[in-house]
Amino acid sequence: MNIVESVTSSWKIIARSKTRSFLTMLGIVIGVMAVIIVLSVGAGAQSLILNQVKSLGSNLIGVLPGNSEKDGPPASALGIVVTTLTYEDGQDILKNGCDCIESLAMYATGNDIISYGNESITTNYTGTTASYIDVEETEVESGHFFDAEEEKTSARVAVLGYEVKENLFGTEDALGKRIRIDKTNFNVIGVMKERGVSGFQNQDNQLFIPISTAQNLLLGIDHINYIRAKVNTPENAAYAVESMEQILRDRHNIGVDEVDDFSVRALSEGLDAISSITDALKFFLVAISALALVVGGFGIMNIMLATVQERTQEIGLRKAVGAKSRDITFQFLIESVVITFVGGSIGIILGVLISVAVAVVAQNMGYSWDLVISPFSIILACGVSIGIGLIFGIVPANKASKLSAMEALRYE
Amino acid sequence: MSKLIEVKDLKKQFENGDVITKILHGVTFDIDKGEFVSIMGPSGSGKSTLMHILGFLDVLSEGQFLFEGRDVSKLSDDELADMRSKKIGFVFQAFNLLNRSTTLENVMLPLLYTDMPKKERVERAKDLLNQVGLGHRLDYSPNKLSGGEKQRVAIARALVNNPEVIFADEPTGNLDSKSGLQVMKVLQDLNEKGHSIILVTHEKYTAEHAKRIIMLKDGLIEYDKPVEKRQIAKDMGDLIK
Repeated sequence: MNIVESVTSSWKIIARSKTRSFLTMLGIVIGVMAVIIVLSVGAGAQSLILNQVKSLGSNLIGVLPGNSEKDGPPASALGIVVTTLTYEDGQDILKNGCDCIESLAMYATGNDIISYGNESITTNYTGTTASYIDVEETEVESGHFFDAEEEKTSARVAVLGYEVKENLFGTEDALGKRIRIDKTNFNVIGVMKERGVSGFQNQDNQLFIPISTAQNLLLGIDHINYIRAKVNTPENAAYAVESMEQILRDRHNIGVDEVDDFSVRALSEGLDAISSITDALKFFLVAISALALVVGGFGIMNIMLATVQERTQEIGLRKAVGAKSRDITFQFLIESVVITFVGGSIGIILGVLISVAVAVVAQNMGYSWDLVISPFSIILACGVSIGIGLIFGIVPANKASKLSAMEALRYE
Repeated sequence: MSKLIEVKDLKKQFENGDVITKILHGVTFDIDKGEFVSIMGPSGSGKSTLMHILGFLDVLSEGQFLFEGRDVSKLSDDELADMRSKKIGFVFQAFNLLNRSTTLENVMLPLLYTDMPKKERVERAKDLLNQVGLGHRLDYSPNKLSGGEKQRVAIARALVNNPEVIFADEPTGNLDSKSGLQVMKVLQDLNEKGHSIILVTHEKYTAEHAKRIIMLKDGLIEYDKPVEKRQIAKDMGDLIK
């Protein structure tokens, strides 16, 4: 009995009781589908997170005030206000840091009521340097970003984020108009291009003003919140971090045994950390969904055992007309493999469809979600379903082949 | 005529835990090629057990069983399966057809376990179904056939391997008398053509269609003699061509 015929005859047997066959393979369908979806959606979510971070620029280095453990969150991220970082620190880094630092932006942020005419909204403003546009690799849609001169003179100029402009002005042209932040008047000199969500922050729902203006006129502080430096290539990030730390330690008079009052972090390090966390999560989920496959396998074994019972007479007859024990084993093994293989294939198709649907929906919602369906996961799913058919088919197939032909024929 | 089956002092007992049930207490007979023998006896006489042993479905406990001069008790399970495949065809009381397969597939079943290419198998099975007058029912499910037709499918299946001997175990037991006669007619015609046939039955009338009767009683041969007044099944249409 050759394999092609065994497969076709098994297929006939499976096809003639469709409902039962489908229910039998349901466990495998769901298991394979779950694995494919988890792998694909996991990779998609991972890409979303990584893209979010990458959209800040993987060659960025951040400086935050306050010490932090290498792998822990910085103090400022926990809401503790640390005032040790200053504008001069940034300037010194730019001047004396390694040559690989291309540009550097500083930030002092706040939140206040912004109004134009009768319209007013509460939103974030970012006091920053003219180099912002270069460091964050973004563009204005109309007008211009403030320049170094305006930055230095604490000019009362503002560049609106896309959403802020929409909310305050609607379709009206904003350039040259006068808005108020709290009670201070600002001239609108530019509107940013629409940027969406990046770095887990809505970049369009804020406005930008010179950092000195923010410090002096609005916040009344002389420290800054953070610094971002752009290095020429991500490979130089570690070196740049080191040189920046050196400069800051000198400037802040921190001795050899003393703890830094700042934290310098390359985003690429963060990427690695996030990747390893999301990888671990992904494999954990895959392992859980693989449990469904095992449960499905036992379901198949159960049904195959019942089938052997039901088909005792058939087995007896086959033996009476010349089937050897191994022919019977082979027949039942092939049957369970065909069931799991068909179930696996249906699972793969459903899994891929759902993964595509999730990706399309996520992309339509504006997330940078990659559709990742690795051929490896599909080959693995096929292999695993065939393997489950073999493993869970062995017991029933053996039971069938051991039946005595004579007793099987008499079985009612 | 050359010997087909030689049985010498054959004994069979079943062991079930401590309980030993003796079925055959030592039977001795020979069957030549081309014979038509009835093994007869009331239920419990051991006739079915004897047929299972002769048909390689079961093994003897003591004694000797030679098939074409070969000692069967020395064969392995696979060799027994091989003998079943090549040397014998079975016809059962309950037909034992696969209801979910077509008539043609049922007849082809024994060939599945041989090396014959598929095309040849189909040809051979069609040919035999034509011979038993069911050439027009190839795609039917056995469910849709009458009892007599079913048994003729089973006979075609038994013949498909071109066996040395056909075992018919109460082949008319589930049939009305007319269909039963048709089946007996087919068997007699086959015997005319040179097939050896061993018929197992408890009915005297059916047994008398054979040429010789081996009468079993309580695991022993009561008598073994030729049929004096042989019943000849009437020709009811040319069933076998």
